[in-house]
Parts: sequence; C-alpha cells; structure tokens
Amino acid sequence: MSSKKLLLGDEAVALGALHAGLSGVYAYPGTPSTEITEFIQNNPLAKQRGIHSRWCTNEKTAMEAALGMSYSGKRALVCMKHVGMNVCADAFVNSAITGVKGGLVVLAADDPSMHSSQNEQDSRFYGKFAMVPIFEPSDQQEAYDLVETAFSLSEKVGLPVMFRIVTRLAHSRAAVTIKDKARECNEFNPDNGKNWILLPAIARKQYLVLLSKQEEIEKSAEVSSCNSLEIIDGKGLGIVVCGIARNYVKEAAPKGISAILKISQYPLPVKKILKLAEISDGILVVEDGQPFVEERIPAILGAGYPVYGRLSGRLPRTGELNPDNVAAALGVSREITFKAADNVVGRPPALCQGCGHRDVYKALNEVAADYSGARIFGDIGCYTLGALPPFRSLSSCVDMGASITMAKGAADAGQFPSIAVIGDSTFTHSGMTGLLDAVNDKSNITVVISDNLTTAMTGGQDSAGTNKFEQICRGLGVEPEHIRVVIPLPKNMAEITKVIREEISYCGVSVIIPRRECVQVASRKARKKLCDKK
Amino acid sequence: MKKNIILSGVGGQGILSIATVIGEAATDAGLHLKQAEVHGMSQRGGDVQSNLRLSDDEIFSDLIPKGEADLIISMEPMEALRYVPFLSKDGCVVSSSEPLVNIPDYPSKEALLQELKVLDNVVLMDIEAIASDSNIPKSANMILLGMASRFLGILTPEQLRDAIGKIFAIKGEKIVCDNCKAFDIGLEAVKGK
Repeated sequence: MSSKKLLLGDEAVALGALHAGLSGVYAYPGTPSTEITEFIQNNPLAKQRGIHSRWCTNEKTAMEAALGMSYSGKRALVCMKHVGMNVCADAFVNSAITGVKGGLVVLAADDPSMHSSQNEQDSRFYGKFAMVPIFEPSDQQEAYDLVETAFSLSEKVGLPVMFRIVTRLAHSRAAVTIKDKARECNEFNPDNGKNWILLPAIARKQYLVLLSKQEEIEKSAEVSSCNSLEIIDGKGLGIVVCGIARNYVKEAAPKGISAILKISQYPLPVKKILKLAEISDGILVVEDGQPFVEERIPAILGAGYPVYGRLSGRLPRTGELNPDNVAAALGVSREITFKAADNVVGRPPALCQGCGHRDVYKALNEVAADYSGARIFGDIGCYTLGALPPFRSLSSCVDMGASITMAKGAADAGQFPSIAVIGDSTFTHSGMTGLLDAVNDKSNITVVISDNLTTAMTGGQDSAGTNKFEQICRGLGVEPEHIRVVIPLPKNMAEITKVIREEISYCGVSVIIPRRECVQVASRKARKKLCDKK
Repeated sequence: MKKNIILSGVGGQGILSIATVIGEAATDAGLHLKQAEVHGMSQRGGDVQSNLRLSDDEIFSDLIPKGEADLIISMEPMEALRYVPFLSKDGCVVSSSEPLVNIPDYPSKEALLQELKVLDNVVLMDIEAIASDSNIPKSANMILLGMASRFLGILTPEQLRDAIGKIFAIKGEKIVCDNCKAFDIGLEAVKGK
C-alpha cells in the first residue's frame, strides 16, 4: 500500500529514514539540512517509537553518537550542511575504517551558490576520500526511496554511506509516493569485534578490509537501477547527469544527444560510462557543485576523449546549476522577452528590528571608536550580519568558533583591543576549546557571547548551552569577576559600554554575555500562547 | 496545461503562505507540482522568492527557466520587477503597489512603478491599505492571492478558497474567515481586468 504526500526534499529524506526503521537522528542545525531533523522531531511515528532526535552540540558529536548507535546494531542518520563535514571529518573518515553494524547514513546538504554558506565545497570528495558509497538523489521521490537503499547497503557492506543533496532539492517540494508501513527498528545488539579499536595494528588490518570492500561497492553502483543509461538518439553528444542535474537537462529537451547517463550512486559506474562513450562523440558532465565526475572521466576514457563541463568552461565554474545555464551548455536557446529592470537594487538580509545583537554592535562600535585600531572578530550566525551596514563592525567570519581563536592569535601578534563576537549556539559548537586555549595563555582578549537563547539563524532550534554559559566559562578558567552579564536593550547602553570598556582594559581573558531572547522566537512563543488560549 | 509562478517579496511578508495555499489546492486537484523555496539567511528582511510550477504533466526542473514564468505574484513592487526577465511574453504581474523600504538605496517609487506599468499585463494595488481598511491587517497576502487567482487559469478561485480553509484551520475559525474575506476582496478588486 502507498499514498502521496507533498514533501520538501529534506522531509522526504526524513520520512524515508523513519520508514527504513531509523532509531536515531543526530544533527546540528545548518541550512539547508535543518528541516530533516525538525521533521523527525515532530513526527508521530518517531514519537511513538521513541526515536532519538534531540539536537547535538556539533556535527562531530552527532557523527560519533550515531556511530555508537550503529555499534549497538541500530540504524542511525547524521545530518549536516556541507561545512559540517569538515567538523565531523575525523569521526567520518575513521568510521569507514572501523566499519559499521547498524546502518549508518551520513547526509551532507551542499549549498552551491552559497545561499546561506561561506563556501561551496562538494561533499562527494569526502565520500570518495573515506572510500564509502555515495547516493545523490535526483528528486524528492528518489530522496525518499534511496534512504532505505542506503541503509540496506550500509548494513550489507558494513560501511557508513554518504547521502548528498543540494539546496534546490532540500528546499523544494513535490508529491512523493510513500509506504504506509514502516520497517521495524533493529534490535539492540551491540557488536564485540576488535575492528572498533583503531590501534595501529588493528587499523592496518581494517584499512585492508576497507580496500577489499571497494569491489563490492563498485559492483553495487554498476548494477544500481538509479544509475540508468537512457538512449536518446543513439549518437551525438553523451550527457552524464548527477543528481538533480537530470531535471535541468530533461527540461531543456536537447537535440542530437546520444544518451543520458544518470548517476545517483557512486563509485562511478565505469562500464556504463564506457558504454556511453562508445556511442557518443564527446561527453558533457552536468553536476552541481565542483567538477568531481568531470575530473574522474579522463582516468576512465583516456586523456584524448573529449569531456566538457565546469572545467572545460561549457558550464560556469562556480555557482549552482539552473535551467538556463544547463540549456546554454546544451546549445538550447530560449526566447527571453524582458531584460533586467533598471530600478532594482539588492536587498541584503539584515538583523531584525529589536534584535539584541543590534544593541551589542551599537555598544561595541561606540567603545571601539575610543581606540585606534580596535578589531572585532566575528563568527557564524545571524550576528554575522553585523559586518554589513549600518554596523560594519566585523573584521572576520571564517568558521564556527573562529572568532575567539582568531582574536587570540591576533592578540598574540600584538592586536589591542582584540574582541571576539560569538553566538550562544556557536560558542558551544566550537568556541569552548578556543576559550580554554586563551585562558591557558592568559591572552588579552575580550569575548562577547551574544546569547539570544536559541540557534536563531536556522529558525530557532534549542541551543546546547542555554542557562550554562557562566558555569561553562568559570569551568574553563575565566575569572568569575571577568564574566559579565548585561541585557542588550537601548536603555542599558550606558551600562553596556561601561562594562565593555572595563573588560577591554583588563589584561587577560574576559567574557561579556549580553543576554536577551531572540525577537523571532519570542514573538513565535507569544503567538502560540495566544493560539493555545483560543 | 502548465503554469509557472514566481512568488516574491521581502522576508516576513508571507509569500510562503501563498505558496502553501496554492500547493494545497494543486495537490487536491491532482496536479503535478514543484515548489522551490528560500530558507535561511535571506529570510532576515532580505528578498525572498519561491518558484511554483503546476502542470497536468510531469515537471522536471524545480526552477523556472528565464522567459517562462506565466505569473509573478509579489508582495512588493521592486521585488516584482526583480523577476521580470523570467516573465514570458504574455505573462502577468500581480503586485502590491507599496514599496517596503528597508534599504538606503531604494529606487524612486515613481520610476519603478513606471517601469512596471509599461508591461502589458500588470495589476498593482495597495493591498496593505485595503487590508488595514478592511480590518484584516495580517491578511494582505491573501488579498494578493485573490487578485492573482483571476490569472492563475489552472486552478479556480473556489479551489483556492477551499485550500485557505484547510491551511488555516489549525489557527482557528477567525483566521480562516479573515483570510477568506481577504481572498474575496482581492478577487472582486480585479473583476473585469
């Protein structure tokens, strides 16, 4: 039995995982992956089955907890945005060496065009680096269907499996045919093997085990029905499409095409690529992200075979695919009647009116103006918008937690005042270890933990450190008299600036915690209260 | 039949609610549908848009190709203008006429409305004022949907009104009534256009 449901790509993955007998999802919020975990948190079946779905502190803790669940024989899903792969890379790469017991699916949501990100790294490189199978669904239906396939393959070959999606699938809705019955969850059945203990002597053996599994995962991709060769004209240009690229090619309906080879499972199906090459006079690779496949094809076909794509310049080197740039690469032209309008300017996002971060930046700017050469190092979250007008407060934003450690390094080099601004959730994600470094070094830095009691940027998820920040800072060795809490409101400006001045003049690590609830979360709570009353 | 719709506006104006209502109606009508949304950073007062594609046949791309949008539905006039290159030759624009100025370099209102008005099929209306005069200040987006329903073609106003009932049911009867009222005001306002 089956039924149809309108689902975001993210929701299709979530429901696919639940129907595949998932026992736990482990994740840190990150656009465009957040809705997967949120869907599971709100799903009745997940509640009924007691599926773990609480947010984790960061992607590394998520990956490791999921590995523990897999060790215990149960199916686990890890979700993150692409840059989260950098945070959990140690655990991820080594989980391929230990192998897994219960199915383990690692979902990376890539963000080509950087809609909400600081780079457009392609997670498929991580999958290949760790030598594990990768799935890349082409639409919402396949996203739902392939999660079950991924869990089964993971258990069959005893490896974690990567599941790669991109923004345009994650955040696009379509009707999905879903099963009416969910597979049962695996029983608790912990493993006993020595493969989990990666001492060098065991790790060397396990690495050979991983290498020996390659033939099986290559064969699985070769025969996979989601890697399909569709003959069009039988001669002409051959097209390789990865994931959602298929849809843009189909939309363009190009002429003079030999065949379309759709790839949704890796390692690359070499025999199918050879077959495509045989009937084609060149191959165009259409893939979202970086030229992962385009770079590999010459190794399969030889350097002389003509290959086109992002590297050759036929498709743009950067940014996401869209129906227009793919149509152009296929030589399909469309009639465009209207040119871009004159009276249109960019409308960048801004901090909300009434947001506490605004008061923090206003105060910091006022104090920073007293010094020549003050620097404020920023971090990842809503408050990164403090880099834009009207504040223009920030000198840097690199990765989760980098504000504190960059302020420290700059202070080591002679920077004064050296100020870090980090949000509450980002602080517990990756800021605490850097603060410990600064404390141990007695670095002369001022850390502002701008605490809005939530993970605001991604829509207001629980923040791991709420109500614990003073305790955490004391525990890490920040002197109690240099942990200062203020309420960021315009009426408190005199007090806030005074506290900032005092802590800058203190030669050592000080932490200022401006604390006021996110205005979006506050108004959502108020609306819900009103609704409940009715 | 196939309809490509671009919904645009500024974060927080409620374009995703419009998309949800059309999506519900389309699903009930058994149409194929793809709807690409923008989540995350740009929702903080930045420009937001959603690509909505409805068809009785299979839809491939989640995004609408340039020159192939049948309808732009916009909560803000500059945000309507932003997507004009996506409009097909016979495409329509249904938009709020009142700028939301939250940036320092917002263009002149006269110039941008003029640029919109030279297009063949444009309906502009001060939906915020109508909503506030009608005592339904939070339902301006459904007035806009009512206006747009005249040009949608693939779904009837009745189908859309039913979908409003379903989508807002969870928020209580008054919200459903306000939104249906808003929809009907919009529908009436463009009668004969």
